[in-house]
Amino acid sequence: MTVVFSFFLLTMLIVTAIAIVRIRDLFAAVMLSGIFSLLLAANFFLLDAADVALTEAAVGAGISTVLFLSALAMTTDKEKAAPSNRIIALIVVTAMTLALIYSTFDNPAFGDPDAPIHQHVAPWYLETTREAIDIPNVVTAVLGSFRGYDTLGEVFVVFTAGIGVLFILGAPSGKPRQTTDLHSEGLRHYLVPRVVGRMLTPFILLFALYVQFHGDYGPGGGFQAGAIFAAAIILYALLEGEKSALEAIPRSWLIAMTAGGALLYSAVGVAGMLLGGNFLDYSVLADNPVAGQHIGILLIEAGVGITVTGVLLSIFHAFAARDKF
Amino acid sequence: MSALQAHLPALQVIVPMLTAPLVILVKERRLCWAATLLASFCSLAIAISLCIDVLNGDSIRYLMGSWPAPWGIELRVDTFSALLLLIVNGSSSLALIGATASLDRDIESSRQPLFYAAWLLALAGLNGILVTADAFNIFVFMEISALASYVLISAGPNRRALPAVFKYLIMGTIGATFYLIGVGLIYLMTGTLNIADMALRIQDVADQKAILVAAGFITIGLALKAAVFPMHIWLPNAYTYAPNMVTVFLAACATKVSLYILLRIDFFVFQPNLSGHDFQFSYFLLPMSLLAILIASTVAMFEPNLKRLLAWSSVAQIGYITLGASLVSVAGLTASLLHMFNHALAKGALFLVIACLGISLSHLRIDNIAGIAKQMPWTMAAFVLAGLSLIGVPGTAGFISKWYLITATLEAGSWGPALVAIIIISSLMAVVYIWRIVEIAYFQPADEQAVVSEAPFFLLLSTWIAVALNFYFGLSAALPVELADSAARLLMGQMR
Amino acid sequence: MALLELYHYWVFVVLLMIGFYAVIAKLNLIKKLIGLSLFQAAVFLLYITMNKVEGGTAPIFTDGAVDQLYSNPLPQVLILTAIVVGISTLALGLGIVVRIKEEYDTIEEHEIQEIDRQ
Repeated sequence: MTVVFSFFLLTMLIVTAIAIVRIRDLFAAVMLSGIFSLLLAANFFLLDAADVALTEAAVGAGISTVLFLSALAMTTDKEKAAPSNRIIALIVVTAMTLALIYSTFDNPAFGDPDAPIHQHVAPWYLETTREAIDIPNVVTAVLGSFRGYDTLGEVFVVFTAGIGVLFILGAPSGKPRQTTDLHSEGLRHYLVPRVVGRMLTPFILLFALYVQFHGDYGPGGGFQAGAIFAAAIILYALLEGEKSALEAIPRSWLIAMTAGGALLYSAVGVAGMLLGGNFLDYSVLADNPVAGQHIGILLIEAGVGITVTGVLLSIFHAFAARDKF
Repeated sequence: MSALQAHLPALQVIVPMLTAPLVILVKERRLCWAATLLASFCSLAIAISLCIDVLNGDSIRYLMGSWPAPWGIELRVDTFSALLLLIVNGSSSLALIGATASLDRDIESSRQPLFYAAWLLALAGLNGILVTADAFNIFVFMEISALASYVLISAGPNRRALPAVFKYLIMGTIGATFYLIGVGLIYLMTGTLNIADMALRIQDVADQKAILVAAGFITIGLALKAAVFPMHIWLPNAYTYAPNMVTVFLAACATKVSLYILLRIDFFVFQPNLSGHDFQFSYFLLPMSLLAILIASTVAMFEPNLKRLLAWSSVAQIGYITLGASLVSVAGLTASLLHMFNHALAKGALFLVIACLGISLSHLRIDNIAGIAKQMPWTMAAFVLAGLSLIGVPGTAGFISKWYLITATLEAGSWGPALVAIIIISSLMAVVYIWRIVEIAYFQPADEQAVVSEAPFFLLLSTWIAVALNFYFGLSAALPVELADSAARLLMGQMR
Repeated sequence: MALLELYHYWVFVVLLMIGFYAVIAKLNLIKKLIGLSLFQAAVFLLYITMNKVEGGTAPIFTDGAVDQLYSNPLPQVLILTAIVVGISTLALGLGIVVRIKEEYDTIEEHEIQEIDRQ
């Protein structure tokens, strides 16, 4: 049964992707890519990757759709029919596809428990997580501790994108734009979305906190929580107007959150150094190494959550503010 | 002190990276500049200290989070990475000394803190790539430096910076994603991400075709980011329309770090384990290098825009670097690595001169600088001297690496003399495009109406430091030669 | 089973190339960015396909499970990072597109080139 379902989902991915590329209405293309992300998330779930599925759904279907829509509002939602080198591109792409498919016929079988990929590094993670970190979610253990340096880098990638968008959209605009009331007023005049949205927002915030603090035990963690938290505030902004959202969390707070989360994460790393360990060594944070690991992972996940929320909201407001020039 | 010493590889990344969030909280632009300059010089001091350490002994290792490799992420600094660390941190520090006057022209003061934060992140990203021994970690830091560079280039005063940076973003992302696919395929076959561990475990992989596919993805992806001909099309516009100081920083080091990853992974992982790979590598890289040298030099000879002229010259110089590497010999690699160092010096100095000119001129076209040597004698004198180094006149740093390159190509067999001829022809082309500028600046009558004055002191200071370094390393080249030679032996030593 | 595994890989290749096609053949800048997201999403699928162990389950320990086979946690961690990198690139790219629209009043590549040539 699962096999049939997998085949179906994978085929739907291709169908959706082709539709996205072919359709000229950019609004529809963005909606389809939201659907694409949900299908991809379902695939990830079938492949035992619950954390990734949650993230792909929150980011791909949620955040990136919001970003695309903000950009479309300021540009255009129709792609022009234009002369282009389609035939050559099509030939190149087809040739590459065939070459890649041909070269895979003798790949090591996926899913074989004896394949090198599952024999070398992975078993150590499973064992050591039990002994040295003692939390049920191995993905969180690898993300937060074993490869915590990658995750620090990831936080700084998000941070770079945040300051980058603030920088680029902070540039003085060439010409004045017309005021649109949608963002300042929100959907105040529409009763049904407003009532439903108001009821939903607190629950989404609560769910974000659950995802943040439950990451040790189940799928979740700082990044997903930050994305969901930001989504809740963006929903609020769309319903009540951007101004109300900015009153709830002002811009200066967002900058402080963006920098603060990244600094919190780095501070945990430096604390490890000062207490005699290496950078990002959490074992020295408490008398008991396992307890130290728990403290470290809790703090860095909080840092990730704070920065991601700060950055995503800053980006949203930067796009929304640009619209009002 | 020794406790601090042990943490140096980590601090190399942490110092600039941690300063970035602090800078955006400060908000005062001169204070931001001072903090950025301080962080960059600390980082340079760390790089010099690491350099001394690796020259005295073995490579330095550092375990992030104290987890043993290959499970945790390992940092490893050897002579190859130390050489590049010097280039990256040196060019960032040199550019920052004189940056304020030029940046105040290009960027409003309210946006400057964000700009400096992006500068620090670009620096941290490049350092992160150079110190890590983990293939996926390279990807993460590559993206930090790439995103930060997009931000820096988008700050350019001309609106053409925007389409240029968009093209760079698209091509850079495709390159990074190709790299990620290649790393994924190797991980699939070996189960590890640590480069040294990959090299060991890939020996047991029977299926050469799969390794070849991975090598293809990694090589193409990184060649795209390193602007290896013909994948250079993003480079001329991106360098031309970036703010002048950003061009100084990025032109000196960004593409070289991508070449560093390419060489490191190819020589550590693929060369020893893929039969006949040295031929594939040579036949892929050699023709592209020669085309880059000849075509890009020709374009530079006819280009009227000064910055774009130098950007095309960079494409040609990347050709020299890949030409040395494509010989797959100790001598060739030494020449290649040495040229990374010396070209950074020469091109950094030349772009600093451009920044000096940019303070008083709004259009950096060749006909705008007629007779300008009278009004800006120091600036143009620096241009002449740095130009000599780019051409490779004896006594300058540029001569040292060209000499090594010619020696290495002569060893390469029957092709040798032809390659030497191409190097000499292209050096003559460099004489032509440098002379065009010198002639107009010195021997043509100046436009009397234009009010042009000499560049501000700090900018001239960093320009002249760069020029002095070109001559210092031209006369006593022991340090870079020793580093490059040791790094070349390290790379060739991996081959069996 | 082998066929399903190969099918996953082929879907990766096809998605990768559909995204690549959109990036190189489409002239609308937003469409290029949508293509770039597809291109990156294909790589996510490649990595997650690798992590699956036959008969395994998500790598989250449950009480009382003895001799349970778990899927590989590492590719998941890598892709969590890669997803974040993808959205960061996208945000920056869209910011640049908005600025291009303001300066050139178009987001079609050939029209921008036309304007720059003047």
